[in-house]
Amino acid sequence: MTETDTPEPGAGGQTGAAPSRRALIGWGGAGLALGAVAAGGAVALAKDDDGADRTDTAGAVEFHGAHQAGIATPVQDRLHFAAFDVKTDDRAEFVQLMKDWTAAARRMTAGRAVGEGAYGGLAEAPPDDTGEALGLPPSRLTLTIGFGPSLFDKFGLKDRRPAALVDLPPFPGDNLDRSRTGGDLCVQACADDPQVAVHAIRNLARIGFGKVAIRWSQLGFGKTSSTTPGAQTPRNLFGFKDGTRNIAGTETGRLEKFVWVGDGDGGAKDAWMHGGSYLVARRIRMQIEVWDRTSLQEQEDVFGRDKGEGAPVGKAKEHDEPFLKAMKPDAHVRLAHPDSNDGITILRRGYSFTDGTDGLGRLDAGLFFLAYQRDPRKGFIPLQRRLSAHDALNEYIQHVGSAVFAIPPGVRDAHDWWGRTLLSEEA
Amino acid sequence: MRAVRLSLVTAVATAAALTSMTACTSKSDASDGDAIQVTAADSTCETSAKTVPAGQVTLKIENKGSKATEVEIVFPDDRIVSEKENIGPGTKYTLTAEIKAGSYEIACRPGMKGHGVRQKLTVTGANAAAKRDPALDQAVAQYRQYAQDQADETVPLAQKFADAIKAGDLEAAKKAYAPSRIGWERTEPVAESFGDIDPKTDTRADGLEQGQKWTGWHRLEKALWQDKKIGAEEKTLADQLVADLKDWQQRVGKAEITPTSMANGAKELLDEVATGKVTGEEDRYSHTDLVDFKANVEGAQKAYELLKPVAEKNDAALTGELDKQFAALNTVLDKYRTDKASYDFVSYDKVGKDQRKELSDAVNALAEPLSKLAAAVAK
Repeated sequence: MTETDTPEPGAGGQTGAAPSRRALIGWGGAGLALGAVAAGGAVALAKDDDGADRTDTAGAVEFHGAHQAGIATPVQDRLHFAAFDVKTDDRAEFVQLMKDWTAAARRMTAGRAVGEGAYGGLAEAPPDDTGEALGLPPSRLTLTIGFGPSLFDKFGLKDRRPAALVDLPPFPGDNLDRSRTGGDLCVQACADDPQVAVHAIRNLARIGFGKVAIRWSQLGFGKTSSTTPGAQTPRNLFGFKDGTRNIAGTETGRLEKFVWVGDGDGGAKDAWMHGGSYLVARRIRMQIEVWDRTSLQEQEDVFGRDKGEGAPVGKAKEHDEPFLKAMKPDAHVRLAHPDSNDGITILRRGYSFTDGTDGLGRLDAGLFFLAYQRDPRKGFIPLQRRLSAHDALNEYIQHVGSAVFAIPPGVRDAHDWWGRTLLSEEA
Repeated sequence: MRAVRLSLVTAVATAAALTSMTACTSKSDASDGDAIQVTAADSTCETSAKTVPAGQVTLKIENKGSKATEVEIVFPDDRIVSEKENIGPGTKYTLTAEIKAGSYEIACRPGMKGHGVRQKLTVTGANAAAKRDPALDQAVAQYRQYAQDQADETVPLAQKFADAIKAGDLEAAKKAYAPSRIGWERTEPVAESFGDIDPKTDTRADGLEQGQKWTGWHRLEKALWQDKKIGAEEKTLADQLVADLKDWQQRVGKAEITPTSMANGAKELLDEVATGKVTGEEDRYSHTDLVDFKANVEGAQKAYELLKPVAEKNDAALTGELDKQFAALNTVLDKYRTDKASYDFVSYDKVGKDQRKELSDAVNALAEPLSKLAAAVAK
């Protein structure tokens, strides 16, 4: 729920082509059938679909890169976000989990089933993959991992905790539910098909049993931000376009300046974070019914925009440069604008959520706010200090969940794995 | 980690079929229709034939001992094919059974207890069942014995529970409730395999089918804790519970148990924990869920430990993980009792949300690798 200044840019992210999950399964299935024939005297062939044709990758986002996908990638329609607690105290076991998760993430983001697939294996054993994404395209699935402050209390990592990974301070008006706050790890799964996103988290959680356990998770059904230039800014559940000026995936310069951790950030100690980022997640409950009884004038005053077009007060178009002084002093846009915050700019990737009703006949709904930044101390924290103290919107919202994560750099290639720069002895 | 299936099952089956074809022409001690004479005494069990053709097999039994005896034909895993109980001293009995080709034993059990005195019996002919690893047969036999022990120990505890109800002693009945369930909960998959016993003894209010009368432990649990009164109906139901459990005790020997069903049974016990106990649904009136929880885990662990020697050869990483997660779950459970030898657990309504989450995480951590045990023994 913040407003930042970014020109709307050109297409970002790496959308390519991939065969459908069904086609790939078919390939794997054929391999298995051959194996069964050969098995009279020998071991069945392992299912190997790494030889599958990769030239056609429609709907798949490249998993490998200098930065993790799912940040600058054009925002997908759906979210399943999960925070995990680490249950093991064995560092080697945790490292192995990171490798196993990376392998599974590599497959799922390419539209492939986990392990040896969802069927065709031993009848006596449960299949490796849970199966609900069979036949669905990759759906631009991205999986992005993060490390929470509490992770650094484990595995002798205390000295590796980056200076920028501070615990978020309490903000006025916070009403945080402990069971929706914090976490040693997070995985953000974004996809254009909700079933693909849910499948990804479910399978990672399953692989993690005994090593990690889900602490909390959040489904998001409607994107509220765009990192694609020219795209309509999606409306939030208050019916407004908010955060119309996001950082675009193609704006390399702004990404370097505001999102990616730079070479010297935090000194040599924090070098492992180079190419990474910091994520702040906030579950923001909206008082939907109260808002809906609010007059149009009040609603528009609160945001500082008109409801129809989304234009700033006194302007004609959504993307017109706002004239902040024309807005009420406590208008959301005015307070969140970089000009009011020494140029602070963050990349937002939030989603609307509705978790049914709250037992009092009211929608349990709001914004699951996700913001990526180079340093929360120069991003979310000062911004939220200001907003939590003055924003007119506070009358209609409440922050009920909160977490912060260090987002390590991207997985470089087929041999690399999530968190290697932090955890590898030879890193 | 995925097990690779060796396509040996078909090969073994084919080989077995070929063997039994030749076996058809081999000589038998007893020809078709000839009865096997079984002479039982207090410490001996003599049989007139060690090999018979498949089909109808007749045992002409004579008890020359001083105690009543029981004669059984059993599979290698101790499952009973056919039996005659209570053959008095000096009496005779003819037992007939339809038997497929394979290896069996004839057991005489003087005094109708214990392992008995045994003789081998080879039944020849077509359609022989594929031979199993003897280590697995032994695991099944030991598990069957465990299941029998649980039933044998449960019946008197259930009787104690029933007696308290019939005496109208509310407090004594409450005290006897959870202990009467431990043996049952340890081996529930075996009891459930009979189909008709579990609905009578262990159904919860929400598990009733239309027209089904609610009987068993949970019906009585509700009377004791929620209604806080014992009427004539409860007294009748208490007797019926004991009768139903005696039926279970009688039938354990005939349960279909295989290494795979043992492994899956262990996983099912954890499923029971995950769906019924962690949520507090099982013992919603008495809140003695942790007693059932512990018993489920013990039963799963027993099945696992009996299968472990075979599973370890096939998948040592899996058994290593299972050892670790069983220990971890037991450690969490131990937080809820002061004396590790007792089944006095904290009332589940006193177990908070965070604590339930911790229990649930530990169950998930164990159940996931446990789901792979069946494949590790089926290889």
